[in-house]
Amino acid sequence: MFQIRIHGRGGQGVVTAAELLSVAAFLDKQHAQAFPSFGSERTGAPVVSFCRISENPIRLREPVLEPDAILIQDPTLLHSIDVFSGAKSDGYMIINTTKSFAELGIDEFVSSRPANRNFIVPASDIALKHVGRPMPNAALLGGFAAATQKVTLASVVAAIEDRFPAKIAAGNVAAATEAYEFVINELKEVTNVATN
Amino acid sequence: MLQQIEGSKAVAETIAACMPDVVCAYPISPQTHIVEALDELTRLGKIGNCQFVNVESEFSAMSVAIGASATGARTYTATASQGLLFMVEPVYNASGLGLPIVMTVANRAIGSPINIWNDQSDSMSQRDSGWIQLYAQDNQSAADLHILAFRLAEELSLPVMVCMDGFILTHAMEEIDVADIDLVQKYLPKFAPRQVLDPQDPVSIGAMVGPEAFTEVKYLGHFKQLKALEIIPELSEQFEEVFGRPAAGPDDYKGLVTKYHLEDAEVVLVALGSVLGTIKDAVDEHRKNGIKVGAMGITSFRPFPLDEVRKSLKHAQKIVVVERAFAPGVGGIVSSNIRTALSAIDIKINTVVAGLGGRPITLKSISELVDKALYGSLPEFSFMDLDVELVERELERNLLTRRSGPMAENLLKDLGTR
Repeated sequence: MFQIRIHGRGGQGVVTAAELLSVAAFLDKQHAQAFPSFGSERTGAPVVSFCRISENPIRLREPVLEPDAILIQDPTLLHSIDVFSGAKSDGYMIINTTKSFAELGIDEFVSSRPANRNFIVPASDIALKHVGRPMPNAALLGGFAAATQKVTLASVVAAIEDRFPAKIAAGNVAAATEAYEFVINELKEVTNVATN
Repeated sequence: MLQQIEGSKAVAETIAACMPDVVCAYPISPQTHIVEALDELTRLGKIGNCQFVNVESEFSAMSVAIGASATGARTYTATASQGLLFMVEPVYNASGLGLPIVMTVANRAIGSPINIWNDQSDSMSQRDSGWIQLYAQDNQSAADLHILAFRLAEELSLPVMVCMDGFILTHAMEEIDVADIDLVQKYLPKFAPRQVLDPQDPVSIGAMVGPEAFTEVKYLGHFKQLKALEIIPELSEQFEEVFGRPAAGPDDYKGLVTKYHLEDAEVVLVALGSVLGTIKDAVDEHRKNGIKVGAMGITSFRPFPLDEVRKSLKHAQKIVVVERAFAPGVGGIVSSNIRTALSAIDIKINTVVAGLGGRPITLKSISELVDKALYGSLPEFSFMDLDVELVERELERNLLTRRSGPMAENLLKDLGTR
């Protein structure tokens, strides 16, 4: 079972992101479960959502306490809540930012883990370009697909197209695709550094 | 068709396939997504001539449901928590009058302190209201049990509550095979009411009954509940024939209980609702280590299947009942029913209250419970993951100061300064 926790703020589509991810996994013929951290959702307040992906039917109903992947939609959350709580030493971390890990003040956390597990995706910028609004969801999911290979980009695209009206879907699909390629390039750089 | 869909939406679409004539509801978390979806389906004309009645309160929701059902309309509503409490008076009327209304309870805690999260205090408070109560272990069974509920309600002329854990199920998106309308229509015949308010053939419904027949009317309500114990297995079997799966979900036994590795189990965990999923995972973990653990779920809490519970549990050495509600001043609610089923059989029963007001019930805590049960360190009645220090600080404050202030606020302040 692969467990994902998504951190963001109310209004950024944190819950939608987990749901889209579960649909993508479902389309990839896997079992998936998506659910929000239940609370009164207010715009701007920290929100958490969860997704589980498994080859077997999922019965477990606890929140994701030890995530295999952490997606952070808003880097300002780093200073207000413990987004890395329960993080596995070889888990994935994908963060929406244009800054470096050092600038974010998390290089210590990042350097304690394998290099091909930590990814920066300028998801808001990519979204502004393709969607016209800084909604980081689709881009982060594209990045997630590239980084983890737990879902295919094709299924992320299909999940987006199923959820949104054609015009909005098209922009988000473009954002997911660009972020996917962005992370594939990041991975290549990591591999090059390793081989050099 | 199997799809990745939110629990609430699957329930709404399943209700639509049951073709109700009247849906009336007042929105309350975590039931909201169900009735919003039904409102939309009604407006789009996807439920025939179904009327969606917007009401101004839950008291009205149940009153409208009673009125509608009395005219022979297939009637549905949904509620939760304070909403269920607000409609309690007509809830009892619906069962007393024998009206086959189906209602979803999206289980949520009851205030005070106000809390929007899940536990089962709401539906448990109505366990003696005369309604049948079915508890869903996952979203597939939450959706499917509604189809069985309409059939059962209409066959017996008795209202049925389908209880599903709020948020944990209602807001979870997972793969659910939403029943095909043709199959639902095959399974669920046209509603043939026993009593109808019909201008062409006038009757009055709701007579005042004095001591001369009140006991007899109540006895008949009890009789119908017991009759349900015979009918639920039949309807479950027919459900499986039509839909190819049990209405009550995996490990179902006759629609009354679920049995997971009970054959040789020395320790048996008993529960209702979605926590059964986590419990089954815990059972698998312990089985890998050769520990003989099993789990029994109760699908039909009212009527309570005394015989099936006795047969399922009588060979166990230890029973741990995990309850998402409790009776202050006494202890477990489900446990006391289990004790009735096992009267004259000497088995140790422990009650653990868990998951109150949305506290997660973790796999770790369940697994520890099994260990404690095995090694005898589990008290007869306890609260899972109780923050003892937080409780003791308040008790100490009570001793030290007469005007110790509001309890809930005190605890939150203590937490904030930890």
